[in-house]
Amino acid sequence: MFTNRYIFIYSSVMVIIVAAILSTAAMVLKPYQERNIAIAKIQGILLAADIKANTENAETLFDQVILEELVIDQDGKVTGRFSKGQLTDGNDRAFDLNLKKELYNKRQENPYKVPLYIAETDSGKIFIIPLLGKGLWGPIYGNISLKADMSTIYGAEFGNDKETPGLGAEISGRGFALQFLGKTIFNEQGQFVSITVKKGGVGTMPADARIHGVDAISGGTITSDAVTKMLENCLENYVAYFKSQQ
Amino acid sequence: MSTEKTEREPLFSPKYRKLLTTPLGRENPITVQVLGICSALAVTAKLEPAFVMAISVMAVMGIGNVVIAALRNTIPPRIRIIVQLVVIAALVILVDQVLKAFAYDVSKQLSVFVGLIITNCIIMGRFEAFAMANKVWPSFLDGIGNAWGYGWILIVVAFFRELLGSGTIWGYAVIPSSWYIDNGGFYSNNGMMILPPMALITVGVIIWVQRKKDTELIEEN
Repeated sequence: MFTNRYIFIYSSVMVIIVAAILSTAAMVLKPYQERNIAIAKIQGILLAADIKANTENAETLFDQVILEELVIDQDGKVTGRFSKGQLTDGNDRAFDLNLKKELYNKRQENPYKVPLYIAETDSGKIFIIPLLGKGLWGPIYGNISLKADMSTIYGAEFGNDKETPGLGAEISGRGFALQFLGKTIFNEQGQFVSITVKKGGVGTMPADARIHGVDAISGGTITSDAVTKMLENCLENYVAYFKSQQ
Repeated sequence: MSTEKTEREPLFSPKYRKLLTTPLGRENPITVQVLGICSALAVTAKLEPAFVMAISVMAVMGIGNVVIAALRNTIPPRIRIIVQLVVIAALVILVDQVLKAFAYDVSKQLSVFVGLIITNCIIMGRFEAFAMANKVWPSFLDGIGNAWGYGWILIVVAFFRELLGSGTIWGYAVIPSSWYIDNGGFYSNNGMMILPPMALITVGVIIWVQRKKDTELIEEN
C-alpha cells in the first residue's frame, strides 16, 4: 500500500525532475529555434520581393538583395540605417525591431518605430514593408513591397498561424497574394487609401477605386477584413516618410 | 546459455518478436482497435509530415513505455493516470522542441498535432494495458510495435493521398506534367483526396483489405 505521504512526495519529485528536464531542453535548443524563426522571417521578406529562398541560401540572398534597412519613426524620419552588414546611422537595426511591440506603442500613442527594407531588383528599387495584424483566431502577418514610385505594389506575401483551414487560412496561398500586384496604395491626388480586401469582389467597388482593392476570400470575411485593417495600420506608418522622399 | 534460459528469455525470442509484429496486423491500433484516428486524418495529406508524425509517436511511445515499465512498481495506483500523463506530456514537449529546432518547416505543418500526441489514445492505452504490468524490454518492444502499427497505416494513407491528390511523392512530382489537362493532357489531380474525409475512406479501404485477407477479424453478429 502507498501512504498519502508517499503519494505527495512521489508526485512532487516527479514534477521537479520533469520541469528540470524540460527547461534544460528549452535552453539548449533555443538558439536553433531562434535561427529558424529568423530564417522564416527572411524568407517572407524575400518572397515579397518575388524571390524564393530555401533554408540554406536565405541569408546569403538576403545580404545580396537588400541594399538598406531603415528604421523609421512616427514622424517619417529615418532614425536608423543598416547597409552591407554595418550600422551607418542610429542605434538599432530594422531587422531586430519587434513589430508587435512597436504597433503596441502606436496603439498606446507612444513614440514608435517601424522597419523598412530597400531592395534592388531587375525592375529597379523596391520598398519592402513587414505587416502584422490580428486575424480571427490568432496573428496574421506578411510582407508587401512597393515599386520605386512608392505606391504600386510589386509583390506580397501573407501568412497565418491559426486561421480556419480552407477559409481564412487561404490568405496564405499564392493566389490571394498575387491579386495585389499592380494595385496602388495612393490615389491620383496623392492621398493614402491603402488596399481594401473587398467582400463580394472588386467588381462591386466604384470603378475608380478598383485599383485599390482585391477580392476577399469566400467564407473568410473576418480574416479578409483583418487583412484590410492590417494593411492600413501598417502602411500608414510610412506615409510621412514616402511624402518626404518625393 | 542453458542456465540463463531458465531465468531470462533471449532478447528476440518468438514471444518478444510477437510483441513487435502483432500490432502491425492482427492488433493494429488504427485498423483493428480504431484508435488515433484524429491525427491519422489530419497529417496524412502529404507523406513527409506523416512520416515525421510516425517517428515522433514512435519516440514518445518507445521511451514512454520504458519509463512507465521501469517505474511501474513505484507508481501509486491512485495517481497512475496522472503519472502517465506527465510522462507523455514531457516527452511530447521534448519532441516538439526538437522538431522546432531541427525540422522547422515540418513542425509548422504538423502544428497542433504534435501537441495532440498527448491525447493520442494509443499511447495511454499501451501504458495502462501493457507497460504497467510488464518488464522494461517487452514494454519497449510493445511500444515500438504499436507505434509502427500506427505509423505504417499513416504512411500508406499519406502515400495514396499525396499521389492522387497532389500528383507528388515526398514533394517530388511523379505524374508527368504533359499528362495534365492544363498542358493538353487527360489527367487532373483529385482535389478531394487532400480533404480529411478521403483519409477516412482510405483507412476504410485498408480495413476492408485486411479483413478480406484475415477472416478471423470479422465480428460475428
